[in-house]
Amino acid sequence: MKVTFPHMGTLWVAAKAILEDLDLEVVVPPRPTTRTMNLGVKHSPEFACLPLKLCVGNYLEAFERGADAIVMAGGIGPCRFGYYAQVEREILNDLGYSYRMIVLEPPKGHLSDLVNEIKGFTGQRSLRRIYQAALFGYRKLGALDAIERRTNQVRVDEAARGGTGHAVQKATALIDRAASMDDLKTALARGLEVLDQVPRKESGDPLKIGLVGEVYMLLEPYVNLDIERQLGEMGVLVERHVYLTDWVRSHLTADFLRFDHEREMRQAAKPYLGHWVGGHGVETIGNSVLYARRGFDGVIQVAPLTCMPEIVARSLLPVVSQDHGIPFLSLFLDEHAGEAGLRTRLEAFVDLLERRREQRRRRASTLSLEVAGHSR
Amino acid sequence: MRGKPAYLGVDVGSVSTNLVLLDEDEKVLEALYLKTGGQPVKAVQEGLARLSEEAAGEVRVVGVGATGSGRQLTGVVVGADIVKNEITAHAVAALQRFPGVRTILEIGGQDSKIIIIRQGVVVDFAMNTVCAAGTGSFLDRQAARLGVAIEDFGALALQSEHPVRIAGRCAVFAESDMVHKQQMGHTTEDITRGLCQALVRNFLNNVAKGKEIQPPVAFQGGVAANVGMRQAFEEALAMEVNVPTYFGVMGAIGAALLAKEEMARRPRQTCFRGFEMSRTDFRTTSFECDGCPNHCEVIEIYLNAILAARWGGRCDRWDQLERSHLVAGGKQLLTSL
Repeated sequence: MKVTFPHMGTLWVAAKAILEDLDLEVVVPPRPTTRTMNLGVKHSPEFACLPLKLCVGNYLEAFERGADAIVMAGGIGPCRFGYYAQVEREILNDLGYSYRMIVLEPPKGHLSDLVNEIKGFTGQRSLRRIYQAALFGYRKLGALDAIERRTNQVRVDEAARGGTGHAVQKATALIDRAASMDDLKTALARGLEVLDQVPRKESGDPLKIGLVGEVYMLLEPYVNLDIERQLGEMGVLVERHVYLTDWVRSHLTADFLRFDHEREMRQAAKPYLGHWVGGHGVETIGNSVLYARRGFDGVIQVAPLTCMPEIVARSLLPVVSQDHGIPFLSLFLDEHAGEAGLRTRLEAFVDLLERRREQRRRRASTLSLEVAGHSR
Repeated sequence: MRGKPAYLGVDVGSVSTNLVLLDEDEKVLEALYLKTGGQPVKAVQEGLARLSEEAAGEVRVVGVGATGSGRQLTGVVVGADIVKNEITAHAVAALQRFPGVRTILEIGGQDSKIIIIRQGVVVDFAMNTVCAAGTGSFLDRQAARLGVAIEDFGALALQSEHPVRIAGRCAVFAESDMVHKQQMGHTTEDITRGLCQALVRNFLNNVAKGKEIQPPVAFQGGVAANVGMRQAFEEALAMEVNVPTYFGVMGAIGAALLAKEEMARRPRQTCFRGFEMSRTDFRTTSFECDGCPNHCEVIEIYLNAILAARWGGRCDRWDQLERSHLVAGGKQLLTSL
């Protein structure tokens, strides 16, 4: 059995580590490219969202490399994603591929369901083995998150445009190669060092933009047209509301783990959206409020076209924006998204934030002058 | 150093290429509206040649701004000091003309946008996404189909008393519905007015949806020439719609204003290549990168056989090279010009 899985940002590094740790043969699909997209679009329903299309593309390309089993996350609730593993299985069946599909569903509080599914395809490995493999993978995710967070900080100040790109690749490769927990520690330290060595300049006080929206669109640079890099190169400090560890924590381990940030986010969303709408709808609202409270200059929502939870969030964002004084830009993307159009909108949004900040500063300074004048 | 200082703004869109010269007091000295005709470099060169005939002796360009969908290429060709997106450029120009403006409707050849301004700052904007694209081009073509000169289109619409309701969801439906109405015997006046109303409905539903339109409203872009469209907006919004004098070249005016602002903020020598560059040889070539399965089409721009810029790749592989070439190319440029 040769196992594959769809891409989502750098998730592949951890997925590969876990599966290899369980002595499975792994086929990492090629990084998504135009070819992946074309293959996926050709064989998927037109109004399915972009993540489904790209996953199908991933499987078809992985098949060419000899894969015959797929590990895929499932889901529950109003987001269509929960159904995608089944739809993908049917598409592959219709195309005549004989793939075995292993679906990891969030266990709704019963860890045993998840363990049983994993046991089913690992050939009755001991629980301890599975736990260790999963923990190692999770640690890798943590390391990748640390790299990604640092990347955005470094990129804002990079002395030469594009200087960070190479360092990120190198750092990611280091994490990928780490074979033990000790290795991983060294790799992370080394990776951060590589990033810190990127020549930097004084950037002053960069604009801060929070990225909210649907997780796949945020994590996979191919589908969001590399939005983090584009913004970083415009001199904007970017932070994303979800990183890989967050997704795994909230998606695959569901309700039995609650975190402070999560509670805070839900509280923040409550006045606008008090109940679950599936996907990351509540997260989009809650985190927009939190970004505003933290003094961010703006929020950008990224979502696949036709995504229901994000459409719900989108219709609430104007009120959030009004109440908290934080401008937002919504980007709904699919395979027809044009790079030129996106670029123009991003540039215009950054200009908007820049000029708004300038005006506020001018006002603040005239105000303090007036106050000074009165007290005299 | 002869002549009075001036700022050049260049707006290269898919349909029109506009050039504007502003003096220190932000007054328009020259304004040109040309067709891009699918050849942006040629259009810019032609524009510069004409400006040079009109004004080269009298003005000294001290700052250049480029905007429009062709801003990147234009920036390299003319040697721009600042390259800005068209939304910012239009907002800056409208604010200079109407300091109290709160809503800008901008409809050009291909794109249409709405810009919301409060207290002199852009607070929100939207550009056409799924539809409301190509309004200017569409009007051009329908005028030709109706046998009306595009200049007379708006005036004709004003004569109508019983506008025809035309389906405006998208240009294709609008066109077939319009033909149908023609075949039913409706007059050209009624059809032109109906078409203006349909396009305004389409703009308000697709672009301006959810935005709070407050007066004063400015209407700019090439389509603002059409009095029929202006009237249809005034009816639909129930408020006065102002069309600035230089409605067709507001993007270029904005680019020139931005250049002025930039040069004041960071005073330096302009990068302007001079009016003579209208005679320079620009050549663009492209190749398919085989570094990964993306097969990006990388574009190279040569100026007198020297690589002046390169773009089009999704990764930074070619950007890195661009810099080293640019440095070397820049030095040679100085000696060759």
